[in-house]
Formats: sequence, C-alpha cells, structure tokens
Amino acid sequence: MYIDNKKVQDLADRLSSSAEIQGRSLWQDARHRFLKNKAAMISLITLTIIVIFSITGSAISPWNFEEIDWDAMSDVPTLGVPSIQSGHYFGTDALGRDLYSRVIQGTQISLMVGLIGSFIAVIVGTLYGATAGYLGGRIDGVMMRTVDILMAIPFMFVLILLMVMFGRSIYMIFIGIGLLSWLDMSRIIRGQTLSLKNKEFIEAAVATGVKPLTIITRHIVPNVLGIVVVYATLLIPGMIMTESFISFLGLGVQEPQTSWGALINEGAKTIQHGTLWQLLFPLSFFIVTLLSFFFIGDGLRDALDPKDR
Amino acid sequence: MSLLEVKDLSVRFDTLDGRVNAVNGVSFNLDAGETLGIVGESGSGKTQSVFALMGLLARNGHASGSIKYDGAEILNLSEAELNKIRAEKISMIFQDPMTSLNPYMRVSKQLTEVLIHHKGLSRKDALAESIHMLDAVRIPQAAKRVHLYPHEFSGGMRQRIVIAMSLLCRPKLLIADEPTTALDVTVQAQIMALLSDLQKEFGTAIILITHDLGVIAGSSDNMLVMYGGRVMEYGNIEDIFAHPAHPYTMGLLHAIPRIDHQGTELVTIPGNPPNMLRLPKGCPFEPRCCYAVKDCKSIMPELTAQQNNRSRACHSSVESLL
Amino acid sequence: MSEHRKQILSVENLSVEFDIFAKGAMPWTKPDKLKAVDGVSFELSEAETLGVVGESGCGKSTLARAIIRLLPAATGKIVWMGEQDVLTANARSLHKIRSNMQMIYQDPLASLNPRMTIGQIIAEPLTTHYPETTKAEVKAKVNEMIEKVGLLSNQVNRYPHEFSGGQCQRIGIARALILKPKLIICDEPVSALDVSVQAQVINLLMELQKEMGMSLIFIAHDLSVVRHISTRIMVLYLGNVVEVSVANNLYVNPGHPYTQALISAVPIPDPAVEKNKKVILLEGDLPSPMNPPSGCVFRTRCPKAQQLCAIQKPALLEYTSDHFVACHFAG
Repeated sequence: MYIDNKKVQDLADRLSSSAEIQGRSLWQDARHRFLKNKAAMISLITLTIIVIFSITGSAISPWNFEEIDWDAMSDVPTLGVPSIQSGHYFGTDALGRDLYSRVIQGTQISLMVGLIGSFIAVIVGTLYGATAGYLGGRIDGVMMRTVDILMAIPFMFVLILLMVMFGRSIYMIFIGIGLLSWLDMSRIIRGQTLSLKNKEFIEAAVATGVKPLTIITRHIVPNVLGIVVVYATLLIPGMIMTESFISFLGLGVQEPQTSWGALINEGAKTIQHGTLWQLLFPLSFFIVTLLSFFFIGDGLRDALDPKDR
Repeated sequence: MSLLEVKDLSVRFDTLDGRVNAVNGVSFNLDAGETLGIVGESGSGKTQSVFALMGLLARNGHASGSIKYDGAEILNLSEAELNKIRAEKISMIFQDPMTSLNPYMRVSKQLTEVLIHHKGLSRKDALAESIHMLDAVRIPQAAKRVHLYPHEFSGGMRQRIVIAMSLLCRPKLLIADEPTTALDVTVQAQIMALLSDLQKEFGTAIILITHDLGVIAGSSDNMLVMYGGRVMEYGNIEDIFAHPAHPYTMGLLHAIPRIDHQGTELVTIPGNPPNMLRLPKGCPFEPRCCYAVKDCKSIMPELTAQQNNRSRACHSSVESLL
Repeated sequence: MSEHRKQILSVENLSVEFDIFAKGAMPWTKPDKLKAVDGVSFELSEAETLGVVGESGCGKSTLARAIIRLLPAATGKIVWMGEQDVLTANARSLHKIRSNMQMIYQDPLASLNPRMTIGQIIAEPLTTHYPETTKAEVKAKVNEMIEKVGLLSNQVNRYPHEFSGGQCQRIGIARALILKPKLIICDEPVSALDVSVQAQVINLLMELQKEMGMSLIFIAHDLSVVRHISTRIMVLYLGNVVEVSVANNLYVNPGHPYTQALISAVPIPDPAVEKNKKVILLEGDLPSPMNPPSGCVFRTRCPKAQQLCAIQKPALLEYTSDHFVACHFAG
C-alpha cells in the first residue's frame, strides 16, 4: 500500500489550474435571494408605485389640496363622489376639497415621517449602540442606562403634552419621533456588537494592532448593517402608525396640510353621511403601504440571514 | 435476516440555492448486535442518511428508497408510527447531549416519562428503573443525582444520561451520531468503553457515525466509508484498515498522524470536499483522485461486491491501486 | 538542540485570572477569582515548535491570548527577544511586537470578516503596520502570500464564504504570514477541519516554517497532531504545567500520570492495535477551576495520589534529559 507522491503532486497542480470566478459578496447573495422572494418583490413594486404617485400624481389633477370646490361642498354626498368628469378622482372631503390631491399630500407627509424617523434611528442608534457595545464596561453601563431611562418615559403622553404646549406642528412630530425612535435600535445594535466582539476576526484585528475606531467602522458596522436595514424597514410602518395615531386624535399635522391619519380621522367622522370613499381611499393607501413595508422587511431578513430559513 | 436493511436510500433537499442531493443510493445491512461505523467528512451524507432512517429530516428534505427494520418498511412512515419506533426500537444519541435533554426538567422526570409513556410502568417502577439505568451507565450516586437538572452535570455525565435514556426501552438499534466529538479524549475513552460494555449487556446493534478513524477502529465490526453522499467502500474493519481498496479510504488512512508513530510527512488528499450543490456527474471523488481513469468523470461506479463480504465503488481495479 | 539557537520568547511564572461575579451580587462586592493559567513558565527558541496540549478548560487558549496580550496577565513576565516585557510594554512597542507575533484561529470561517474580500483580509496587517505601502506593493505582497499558502492569486476578489474550511484556514495563515513574523501562535488550527484537509494544513505549516524559519506555538487537544508537528511539548492540566518534554520522549516515556492517561486514551486508527490497547481510564471529572484541589491539581483523579499530594504542590523537576515532570511519584 503505497501512494505515489508524484501522482498526488500532479493532481494538485491540475486542481489549481481551474478557472477563475469573480467573488460574490454576501450583499450580492442577499440581493439574489431577495429577488427570488415573490411577496417581497411585489411589495417593493407596489411601494415604488406609491412613492412615484406621491411625487408626480398631482400633475394630472385639476385641483390642489387646499382649494375648495364650492359646488361640491354644497352637496358632498352626491356632487363629491369620485368621478373623472368633475376632476375629483377620489371624490371630495366634507369641505369640498379634492380628496385625490389630499391623499397625495397625506402620502408625502406620512412617508416623510416614516423615513426621517428611521433615518435618525439608523444613524444615531447604530453609532450609539456599536460604541456602547464595543467599548463595554462602565461606558456601556452609563450609555445603556440612559437609554433605559428615556424608554421609561411615557412617550405618547409627552408628545401630546408637547403638542398642547407648543401648538400643533409637523416639526413637533419629527422631533418627538426622532428623539425616541433610536432607542430600540441602539439596544439591538449593542446586542449584535457584543456577540460580534467575541468573534475571532475581531480578535484577529485587535491582535494585529488595528485601532478601535477602525475596528468599529471596518469590522463591526458592515456586519451589523444587515440587521440595521431589516429593522429600519420594519421601523418605518411603526413611525407612520404613530404619526397617524396622533393625527387621528386630532393633534398631528396643521390644516390645511394633512396626513393619512388625519384623512382617516375625517373619513371616519363623516361615515354616517354616506361618503364612504372619504375613509376608504386614505385607508387603503395606509394599509397597502404598511403591508408592503412588512413584507419587504421580512424578505430582507430572509435574504440577509439565510440561516433562519 | 438482517435487523436493518437499507436499500438505495437517497435524500435530497430543496433549498433556495438549488437542489442538494445529500445522499445518493446508499445501501447496507446491519445484523443484530453488530456495530457499524460510518465514516465520512462533513457533507458526506452520513448524518442525513440516519436522519432519514429516524424520520428526522428537515422539512425541505425528501427521502426515497427503502429501509427495512426487522423486515418491515419504516421509511416515510407517519409521525405517530415513527414516534413508536423511535423510542422503542431505534434510539439515537447526538453530538451535543443537550439536544436530547430539556434544560428545564429534572433528569428523573425526563427518564421516567419515557418509561411511563412507552412501557406503561407506574411512576415508582419507572423511577427505580431509571436509577438502575443510570447505575448501568456508571453515574455515581445515581439515586441521589437523578433528581438534578441537566446543567448540574458535566459534559461527559450528560452524554451518559442521554445514553441511559436511549437504552431505557431496550431498543435493538442505537444510532450514535458523533457521540464523543464534543468531549475530551479521556472522557471519550470512558464513553466508548461504556458503550461497548452496554452493547455486550443488552445486545444492542450500534451505528456509530464519526469522522474519527481511531474511534471506529476501536469499536466497530464493519465500516462504511462515505463521500459526497455515496458509499465508497464497505467491509470488515480489520480488512479495510489492512487493505483499503478505494483511493479515498487509502488517502484518509495516510492523512492522519498517528500517536504511536514518529512523524514523517503526511500524504495528503489534494483539493477540497465537493460542493453538494454541484456534484459531478461521475464519481464525486474523481477531482481529488490520483487514480482517476477516463470513465470516472462521466460514469458513477457501482458499488460492487468483493470477496469477504466487502464492496467498493471504483472503476480502477484493486490491483492497480497497489 | 535548542541551546545554540536564539531565544525569542521567555515566559516566566505567568498567571491569568478572571473575575467571576456571583449571580445577583451587588456591583461593589468583590468578585471571585478564577485562575485559568497558574504560574506557567517556558522558553521558545527560533524556528522551534512548542506544542501545548490539554483538555478543554486547561487554560491553553487563555495562555495564547495572554502571550499576545489580548488578555491581561495577573502576574509574571513575558520577555520578547530577550529584551522587552510584553506585559509592561507601552502602546507603541506593543504595536511593534504584535507585528512579529501573529495568531491563527480555530474556526477558519469565523476568523475572517465575512464582508471583506480575501485580498483585503490578507492585506490588513500590512496596511495597519505599514500604512505607507503603495497599492501596487500591497497587491504584489498579497499575491505572493496567496500563492505561498497554495491558493490562486486570481481569487483575491472573492469572499470567505465562497471557500471551504481548509481554504479559509489557508487564508488565515496567509494573513498571519504577510508581515513575516517571528512567532505564530496557532490555536487549534486544524480541529475544525475535515480529516483529509487537516493533513494539508499541517503539511503547509511545516513547509512554511522550514522556508521562513518562524517559531510556532501549536495549541491542540489532538495529541497525534501535536506529536507530528512539535519539537517540544508542554502538557497543561487546570492551568498548570504537568509535563514538558522533547516531543518524542513524551510519547515514549511519559512521566506524569495525567500524560500517561491522556496518551493511552487517544484512539489509534488501526483495529489490530486499538482493540488490544490498554486504556488508563480516569475517574471523575475535571475539578472546577474556581476551587482547585490543594497541592497537586491532578490528585483528585490520579491513580497514584497519596497524602503528600494533597499537602505539597509538586515542582516541575527534571525527569530525563530535556524532560520535566511535576509529580511526586513520576514514572
């Protein structure tokens, strides 16, 4: 029983001349998997259409969102119904304003609230969480207890108080949501960082002498980015819902501006007059968008973390 | 008649990245009281073949072929029927004992439940039997320690508890999937000695899955060498170690350093284990084989019977490998 | 054979302790101490391979991390190149020492950042220590290393998950070698690999050592592998050195009862030998390092233990030439 060393060598040489394949990063892999996920892709397309609609939709409407159609206002249940001829594609609201234009306006505001809220969450939350997690020890303790304290404040109550004190304004909502949205994110990122910190590649970087800031930006942040993206996608509907809730209470955006929550509120109020469209149009936009975000978030999670399949 | 007859067993998984043929046409027989060692590297399909046998495949897995236990077909049975077989006729121990132990339940409860459920024993009898079994696997002060929780035992002790649990219903077949891989050598020696004693006592047949040829050498009667989801070679253990008849087996035996020999350079098997998503059409070992002939690339060699109850799957003749 | 070679590392009486906080304790209560490494001393010469063996919990990985100062040491000295103490070195000299001391890890995939290409991974030590290196030089060096470890240089743009375990370990080796260090600490470098690939990696390490002349500290629990690669071997038990010897002596004539049991327990891949082998089975389990036995740490499981063992801790004494054993009743 003897193995010919030369034969082994020849074979090794033959193996090493196989063709080159360009690398495929984990991001590319994830994109590949995401593209295969039907629910997520349909949601993404739907969402894109909604975004495009909110930007360009007003071009085809003869009315703008604050103009009052005095004719329609005189008899909203009959003259304010959705119709192509009158130019009120989605009908009018109780004051005779064009609902189509108002839904576009509401979509813009609601999406903006969602995006700005999660943008703040991503930037502040990621850096805060990664720093606390990586440095650890006493600094970590102080940073995370601060988060605990902020979280213990009844957020909705404070926000409503702020509204009452400083008057209703969309900026107030941005500030309120922005102040609180990053708390959960920072906790999640800290947890992720703690588990990454014990990975051998971080240890290898430390042993090589790479500086802490470089380790955070080069080794930690890229590896938590997947979680960040997923969580941010799931955060947006939460933000939209918070804003809608406040607007539904009648505290959110200032008239004549509007948002989905405010529109749904108005629609619900006038439902007994037989003007069902006033509720249905904003409500269906609201539901479709939220569902899309959830499906996209789900799809992203499956794509970025294939182990959970 | 053999205790277990596996014929042409295949297992495939449908994943998002494509179909994975984890096991391809594996056949073997196992007699009562025999120990069969299955060796192979990670991804060789050794674990998935016994998972199919136990009905433990992941949801996207599908098994085909035939597995007969005592003459009765057991592949793809319903969950209820499998449950009965799993506890009473075939049991399994895993690499990580905590896979089979509930961390929130006292050991006594976990052991007695099996007996009460499957054997209809009274609580008192079941406890007595459990303690007796823990004694059999040499857990000191079993009567006292039976009431502890799993985390209060060391890794080696936990594996003993799992072994005791798997033998409670006196199954005729025990499947051990890398039972000592997570343990230290000295503990491994204890567990392997224990298994062979218990086998003598209860007459259980054992399928021992491992990547460690040393462990197989010390405990098995026959061995099955797997690579890329296929059987490469099967036969009596002394025979195979003395006269391996497949290039892969030969390579493996040369590639491991031995503690009883001063080192010379190890002869390696070049290349890397196959990608199960893209298995070659012919022999899976062909890209790494230095005896490959023309047919190897395109035609999978059949597993053919040889003398002395051995079989091998290779196009090259035994003589040409010497 | 080590006398006339230059000594590069000398570890004296090194101890590493961990603070263990009792569950539910107040933040100001004093933590318990867990001695993971207890007074370990050894020397390492140029181009020598020191094998460190022991079972899980014996402190071998802790020792490795203390040497490279990833973990703080409680007491002791680690003298680098006969002049500088690693433990007291300031940030700048530590940085310099670390360029000469690299590490290879157990889990090949976990030791590589999944978001970086292997080119970037291998280049990292170089760009960290010599940021002035030009891109072309980095590329040339990386390619040189990749080919040295038996991979192809056209694969620099691929990512770790596209490689098998053995290939990932080669990448780890290339990263460790790019600065041409004087010492490489290998922490269980082959235990996560398949048998057929283990041999490739062991051979590669031995070849590279022959070519580049670095020293290795090779940590493993597999005694056969350690025997194959090491020139000297140190056996640890519960943070203590129980035996140090020139590789062959340890296996032919082990002096410490623990080493004897350990060697006898290693399965031999040969049924004729294995089935007739006499195994010394150790009783009981590893004692808790929180509360180690008095005197000799091995006495609770030792077949030779007597009263003396509980009272007096045995010193590491010469047993045969170049072979030291810490046991009152060695042999």
